[in-house]
Amino acid sequence: MRKVLLGAAAAFALTAGTAAAQGISGDVVKIGVMSDMSSLYADVGGPGSVAAAELAVKDFGGTVAGKRIEIVQADHQNKPDVGSSIVRQWIDSEGVDAVADVPTSSVALAVQQVLKDKGKVFLMSGPASSDLTGKACSPTGVHWTYDTYALAHGTGSALVKQGGDTWYFLTADYAFGHALERDTGDVVKAAGGKVLGAVRHPLNTADFSSFLLQAQASKAKVIGLANAGGDTINSIKQAAEFGIVAGGQRLAGLLVFITDVHSLGLKTANGLVITEAFYWDQNDETRAFAKKFEAVMKKKPSMVQAGVYGAVMHYLKAIDAIKTDDGKAVVDQMKKMPINDFMTKNGKVREDGRVMRDMYLFEVKKPEESKGPWDYYKQLAVIPAEEAFRPLKEGGCPFVKG
Amino acid sequence: MFELLGIPPQALFGQLLIGLINGAFYAMLSLGLAVIFGLLNIINFTHGAQYMMGAFVAWFLLNSALGLNYWWALLIAPIVVGITGIVIERLLLKRIYKLDHLYGLLLTFGLALVIEGLFRNYYGSTGLPYSIPPQLAGGHNLGFMFLPNYRAWVIVFSLAVCLGTWFVIERTSLGATLRAATENPTLVQAFGINVPRLITVTYGFGVGLAALAGVLAAPIYQVSPLMGSQIIIVVFAVVVIGGMGSIMGAIVSGFGLGVIEGLTKVFYPEASNTVIFVIMAIVLLVRPAGLFGRAR
Repeated sequence: MRKVLLGAAAAFALTAGTAAAQGISGDVVKIGVMSDMSSLYADVGGPGSVAAAELAVKDFGGTVAGKRIEIVQADHQNKPDVGSSIVRQWIDSEGVDAVADVPTSSVALAVQQVLKDKGKVFLMSGPASSDLTGKACSPTGVHWTYDTYALAHGTGSALVKQGGDTWYFLTADYAFGHALERDTGDVVKAAGGKVLGAVRHPLNTADFSSFLLQAQASKAKVIGLANAGGDTINSIKQAAEFGIVAGGQRLAGLLVFITDVHSLGLKTANGLVITEAFYWDQNDETRAFAKKFEAVMKKKPSMVQAGVYGAVMHYLKAIDAIKTDDGKAVVDQMKKMPINDFMTKNGKVREDGRVMRDMYLFEVKKPEESKGPWDYYKQLAVIPAEEAFRPLKEGGCPFVKG
Repeated sequence: MFELLGIPPQALFGQLLIGLINGAFYAMLSLGLAVIFGLLNIINFTHGAQYMMGAFVAWFLLNSALGLNYWWALLIAPIVVGITGIVIERLLLKRIYKLDHLYGLLLTFGLALVIEGLFRNYYGSTGLPYSIPPQLAGGHNLGFMFLPNYRAWVIVFSLAVCLGTWFVIERTSLGATLRAATENPTLVQAFGINVPRLITVTYGFGVGLAALAGVLAAPIYQVSPLMGSQIIIVVFAVVVIGGMGSIMGAIVSGFGLGVIEGLTKVFYPEASNTVIFVIMAIVLLVRPAGLFGRAR
């Protein structure tokens, strides 16, 4: 314990001392991967995100600017207070330079605030709320993989175009669900459709029958599921049970991950229209990454896990270019360098921290179309970055000029 | 048609029915807990994990080489999980009967975490698919709502199980022996009855009830390592409201709270996962022994 304290004190002293000297603080680049390790989002991010970060470090060579790279991990249990206190401890006493992943928008919003105050880097892959690059943006925050705006403009507008002009939302009652409902509602209204109502359910609900009956009674053509993970799985499963799809209403899974499809099975999930930033079977590069990942995790990567790899890689490249791990300087450098990896072509980090990349619209295959486990998606369309993400000026990010 | 608080009566009937169905799960789980607490004086926090194991056994049976379907699972899963319960009782629980309740709580809670962690490690947190048996697929339009056949089955089946258990414990000579063994084990033993074995079998039975509820739940919810920890806290609240150890209390408050929770989902959905605890707090203030409990 004493040794840890001494080490922590030394690390802290070094952090403080070298900020001006622009070197690598504490002679180590420490990345804290924080995720939901044991609950409803654990398969989407969780241990797989840690593995992805470790893969990135390994592929980068294990050192950057001559210094060691270290990965630490923590479970935020989907609680904002737990998340922000871990991050404070990481920075104040353990010399962590960057925090990666952090699914669950409410936790990410709290962590974003802490990291902004401390001037440390936030590599967001898991969280969805578009507010993270909007009114809650940070000069050291990078929102890597996707956001609620992109989901709304992908799945949302695809369904409106197919005639789904009246919507009812089943919304997870926290920051993410609210943001997704708002962004999708905007898309529906902009396309001339109508939002008939919404019901807010607590995070991590097992039984959706009550909510589904309310949605059924609304007679809306589309029931938008503004939830994720286990909540989405249970909603979809029980909607089938209550004959909602058979009754002519359509389900819009606004945030569905491949792990959810795997868990539901194609018999229940087929026909869902899904917006994702990555699918393992898109091309040789994505398949190569999936193979590396599968060797460690024994399953295919989700877009969140793939995003953690990409974000950590880009972060390390930026440090390598400017030989410092000072938060603001590194993120400024990340914004200067184009992103080219297995899942992002000619991407860039925008001023507000939003990563601009193409998104993809997929449809879940029918059981007879699938060749086996994890062969689940067929691509419907590519959504160019400029359409997928909110224009810079509309975000309301305070430090964006103009 | 008149409206009640802005909700048409049709919708209200639907919600009442849904509440009863969810209450059926609460009732079956709290029944097992009440049996175990009433007869063993152990607060069985492993109950949620055992409910989850029941669902997993159903999944294993279906996906094993034998391909045993739902109906077989309904029979086999409670036996298999019940036997693991008996092993736990023989190896661990019987050593702590004489200690404070707290030790039993800590032991069973620890066990629950271990079991849940093991399943999560091997099967992930999102869960595994399990379909509704073909005989119970589909549903009927009742005019005020669409009732899936499977949900109707759940309510009928669990009512039968609950009332059957109540009858055995409160109205038969076996039940009388069980109750006597809890009141005064030494005296009952003097009559030539093997009390430790009686207690072991009772624990196995309580655990089997949890597993049975797990099989019932498998087609509705995901078969997931987390399913137990999600429901167990609510079920404990139900048992406390009903009165610790009271069989009828567990059944009535299980169904009743299902209905109250269902109505909350209509009138104020955000509060639907807190309402049971609010009720628990009120009941504890007014009647500390629970609605049907006797002060000890």
